[in-house]
Amino acid sequence: MSFLDLKNVTKIYPNGTKAVHETSLSIDEGEFMVFVGPSGCGKSTLLRMVAGLEDITEGDINLDGKLMNEVDPSERDVAMVFQNYALYPHMNVYNNLAYGLKNRGIDKETIEQKVNDAAKLLQISDYLQRKPSMLSGGQRQRVAMGRAIVRNPKIFLFDEPLSNLDAKLRIQMRLEIKKLQQKVGVTSIFVTHDQVEAMTLADRLAVINNGIIEQLGTPIEIYDNPKSLFVAGFIGSPQMNFLDGNLKNKTLSAEGFEIKDVNTEHEGEVTLGIRPEHLVQSENGLINLKVDLVEQLGSDNLVYGQLKNIKDFCYRCPGNQTIEKGSNLSLNIENKKYYIFDKSTGKRVN
Amino acid sequence: MTRFITSSFSHLILLIGILIMVVPVWMIFASSTHTSSMINMNGLQIFLGDSFYENYLRVLLYQGGFFKEITALKMFFNSFIMATGVAILSVVTSLMAAYALVYYRIKHATLLFWIIFITILVPLELRIFPTYSVMAELNLVNSYFGLIVPISASAIATLFFRQFYKTVPDELLESAKLDGANTWRFFVDFLIPLSKTMIVAMLIFMFVFGYNQYLWPLLVTTSEQYWTVVMGLKMMSGSIVHRFAFVMMSMVPPILIIIVLQKHFIKGVFQDK
Repeated sequence: MSFLDLKNVTKIYPNGTKAVHETSLSIDEGEFMVFVGPSGCGKSTLLRMVAGLEDITEGDINLDGKLMNEVDPSERDVAMVFQNYALYPHMNVYNNLAYGLKNRGIDKETIEQKVNDAAKLLQISDYLQRKPSMLSGGQRQRVAMGRAIVRNPKIFLFDEPLSNLDAKLRIQMRLEIKKLQQKVGVTSIFVTHDQVEAMTLADRLAVINNGIIEQLGTPIEIYDNPKSLFVAGFIGSPQMNFLDGNLKNKTLSAEGFEIKDVNTEHEGEVTLGIRPEHLVQSENGLINLKVDLVEQLGSDNLVYGQLKNIKDFCYRCPGNQTIEKGSNLSLNIENKKYYIFDKSTGKRVN
Repeated sequence: MTRFITSSFSHLILLIGILIMVVPVWMIFASSTHTSSMINMNGLQIFLGDSFYENYLRVLLYQGGFFKEITALKMFFNSFIMATGVAILSVVTSLMAAYALVYYRIKHATLLFWIIFITILVPLELRIFPTYSVMAELNLVNSYFGLIVPISASAIATLFFRQFYKTVPDELLESAKLDGANTWRFFVDFLIPLSKTMIVAMLIFMFVFGYNQYLWPLLVTTSEQYWTVVMGLKMMSGSIVHRFAFVMMSMVPPILIIIVLQKHFIKGVFQDK
């Protein structure tokens, strides 16, 4: 049995809404797992069930070989970082960190030692006597993490902890969280709706939609090999381009071009997915793009244009190429890197 | 220039308002420092006389009442016990009631709250006889307990604390839970410190409410030993200057409590925001 084991965990709210469908998931010790999905997909509910803040309707949660279903949150030995940090406003930073230890009946010297160690690790030693209201967003974030670390819990739970920070700080804290987790080595679950955060932080990633884990794997596995239309559209920035098409005799026809020798036996209505970064310019290419707009990011250019029936088709090219608005580009798909999904089920077929 | 005139005018209005409020109080105070023959002959006085100590000391220590058993000093003591008791007891009970209503999974908690709230519409005077008979049955007539307890359930304080608890973010509770705080610890370590300023405000409010009680102490005490200041104002016999002195002194405790606690109250408000 692995460190954290979810077996057919289900959440149905009293009003009948099924927030989490039968979910089974194993997380190894020391692993950094990220739950990613759009808002309302059930990722936070799943996390809160691990924490014990939500009751489990059905199924079992095992942590370190112990069944957690009926265990009170305070007894689970889990620590959580909340989206709004939930720092204790009337206590100074020191007491914010020390509170959980005090409740566990740890003696004063040990508490002081642990708080100071954690403060040093997070570089908040200078603020220990301040109240949370006197700290900046990034400092509060650190205190929230300190509160989790200081307890030395079995598992860290992060509930969108970076979404209240500005963009620059978010990237910085993202890096720090990753480094910290590697240093401390505590098993972690991180919930986010931001796919960049998910990709950069995760050892493994669970893409969740409508209360179901659509795909589970390493970030690269999921990026390279999305198993459904949803995952394909959710992971990757800019988003994958989707085109309607038809499959017959291993030939796919879409938007005025054909791809032959497709490696699938599937036939019928399909959706073709192409990532903007998997396109290359070539003479007599498959796709003819009429350029409407160019976003220059410096390192890359994002080129948006029209196909026959599609608007805002995106192509990503190196930043040193100049592309004029209104020009026509001829594009090919690199190394057969295209994805075909069944139109009705959204499942990958190639 | 016009600005000067309008601002002088508004200041004038404010000054008149202050005078209307202060002058009668001052006249009672000034008059209370004269001899009674002086007042009887010349009416109320604007300037201070020289009988301050004489009058006030006499009032404090004079054995009053029908049976000459009670002094003003004892009345102040009684009033202080009663007002403090009402303040503390009502704040404690409303804190706990609000905690239960907001944080416990009570069925129909909202309905229960409104039932509590409706009691605001029922003044003490309306339930005074049944309440008295309960106190009499329990043998609590002529006791501090009987003075304090029946008026110490405050729907208003419960309302204030409930509304405040509802603004406390759920994450705080959840975070505290994960930090190992049980129900009691969350109440003591979080809600009470967080509602400190409101507690102080309610203490002031309920102290003054308890201090100002007249009808209930009148009914529930037959022994002069339990007379309160506000009752004493009516019962007090003696010359006019002594009554004035007593009136002046009766205003001191509520003013004092406001001055003392207001400091904490304001400090709390500015520190937390």
